[in-house]
Amino acid sequence: MIDKLDQVFVLLTQWVVGFLPAFLQPVAVVVIAVAAILVTFPGLFAICVLLERKGLGRMQNRIGPNRVGPFGLLQPVADGLKSLTKEDLVPLSADAAVHFLAPVFLVVVVFMGYAVLPVGRNMTLVNMDAGLLFYFAMGASTELSVFMAGWSSRNKYSLLGAMRAVAQMISYEVPLLMSSVAVVMITGSLSLNAIVDAQNVYTWGLPHWYIFTPWGFAGFVMFATAATAETNRSPFDLPEGESELVAGYFTEYSGFKFAEFFLGEYVGMLSISGLGATLFLGGWSAPLQVLGFVPSWIWFFGKVMLSMCVFIWLRGTLPRLRQDQLMNFAWKFVLPFTMLNLFVAAAWRFMGDGWLRWVVCSAVLVIAYVVMGRVGMRRKHFGPRSYRYAE
Amino acid sequence: MLGEGILKGLAETARNFAGSFVSAERLTTVEYPEQRIAPIEATRDFPFLVYDGTDPEAGLRCVACQICEKECPPKCIYIVKSTDKKPDYVGKLQIYPARFDIDISVCMSCQICVEVCPFEAIKMDTAFELATTDRFGGLLYDKKELSKSNEHYHAIHPTEAAEVDARLAEEKAKGEAKAKAAAAAALAKAAAPAAATPVPKPAAPAATVPAVKPAEGESKP
Repeated sequence: MIDKLDQVFVLLTQWVVGFLPAFLQPVAVVVIAVAAILVTFPGLFAICVLLERKGLGRMQNRIGPNRVGPFGLLQPVADGLKSLTKEDLVPLSADAAVHFLAPVFLVVVVFMGYAVLPVGRNMTLVNMDAGLLFYFAMGASTELSVFMAGWSSRNKYSLLGAMRAVAQMISYEVPLLMSSVAVVMITGSLSLNAIVDAQNVYTWGLPHWYIFTPWGFAGFVMFATAATAETNRSPFDLPEGESELVAGYFTEYSGFKFAEFFLGEYVGMLSISGLGATLFLGGWSAPLQVLGFVPSWIWFFGKVMLSMCVFIWLRGTLPRLRQDQLMNFAWKFVLPFTMLNLFVAAAWRFMGDGWLRWVVCSAVLVIAYVVMGRVGMRRKHFGPRSYRYAE
Repeated sequence: MLGEGILKGLAETARNFAGSFVSAERLTTVEYPEQRIAPIEATRDFPFLVYDGTDPEAGLRCVACQICEKECPPKCIYIVKSTDKKPDYVGKLQIYPARFDIDISVCMSCQICVEVCPFEAIKMDTAFELATTDRFGGLLYDKKELSKSNEHYHAIHPTEAAEVDARLAEEKAKGEAKAKAAAAAALAKAAAPAAATPVPKPAAPAATVPAVKPAEGESKP
């Protein structure tokens, strides 16, 4: 029974497909799975938007939206209807074709990433051997969409936002990959299913998740930082900085195209949360062996929603960075640290079992963190600011 | 250490988040249509006309002097003077406004009309739920809609209204004393018709006043 519940979606698909002739069955399986992805994640997006608006409100000692439906639960529906009924404006001087394609491309590319994510036991759409590589290829393509949007709008704010976005996303793409490479080194596979299986092992009832190793923890922190920047989330939301760039690269978008960008951003966040959970938090595996009876997909979505809450928490806390701070942080701190993490992961791999590798790896990472932090902050003085006004 | 500030900040927002569920005084939001807070005394939005007593026609303090109409920066006041006169609050015969319109879609709530009014006849109201489906006629208030009792004024601006009442009472008393003195003087004059000197004195201001008035009247239209 418990196994049935765990595999409920797989069994359901098989049952439905069973009614079809044999030659249609492989196609039908894929179509059903794609449809499920296209329904589930926009649904989660709606929940996230509501969570974000309510949560941010509470962090600022406000109530948040509570007018539409009971406790404001229907707010996403109202938002969606609003976007759908708004006029779709295209600037006269914009490149209409590219302007139209940019949001479509973003949504397509963002959803492609889900093809390789193991959402639960036996619940991967495509069990690709180079799944991680495919994911990063798709993830990096979002930059193209952002630049298409910024360039085709023919608006200085859009272009500035797009320039910032490209600079930021390329800078943080590198540490994002580097921190994931450590996982690949330890697992010895690029397949996301293999990575989850490697973590789905328990000693004394505790899981072998990579976050519970020194290199895994450091890698996860760096991954989370880079993922935040990669999805243009606060505090790295310079490309769409409202206070200076109106809305950044999607300034000239309205109505449903704007909603598509919004959807793309959140679905991208959900997807990168899913990847982070897969790489470091054991994917769909239970946090304790005794909890193994709970369906695997519940754990996966629980982890994804938990990291979404952290995204919201960070947004409620941190102010936006400046462009030079953003670049300095990427190239002078995150990248060297992920590089070092690769060596630490290698050391961990070849030092064999035992307590020694824990001590050595932790010590190297902690010392490096403290020293790099000190060096990086050396010339920063945090006193009262002095202002000089124009004569 | 690097990242320390971020953790402190996260702790602060977490405290706010949890605190907003526990302590009600953290939430300052007033959920407006259901909850209301009394407006502070200095609140003001659009002007209204004060009348004494119970009858808005008889008790209207306005004497249609048109100072407010001339001073109004966005020109949202329109006054038509009456042709007849009727007694004001002191009992003196005065002109009254036959029409007094304020277009509150034009009014900018500057309170200049209140400041220039020598008769304490126009004051600022606090009613703000003025939404209407007719954006032209519905926002053009006529004399009937603008007239509100002195009690209403006391209810919305108690301190200011008390000051105004004291001032008016003082003026009325002064006027009555003056009238009494004048009556006494007239009696005395009648008793002893000897002095004829104060005749040129009122003549001088009487000569200057008509010289100014037509000029102002010309500039108005």
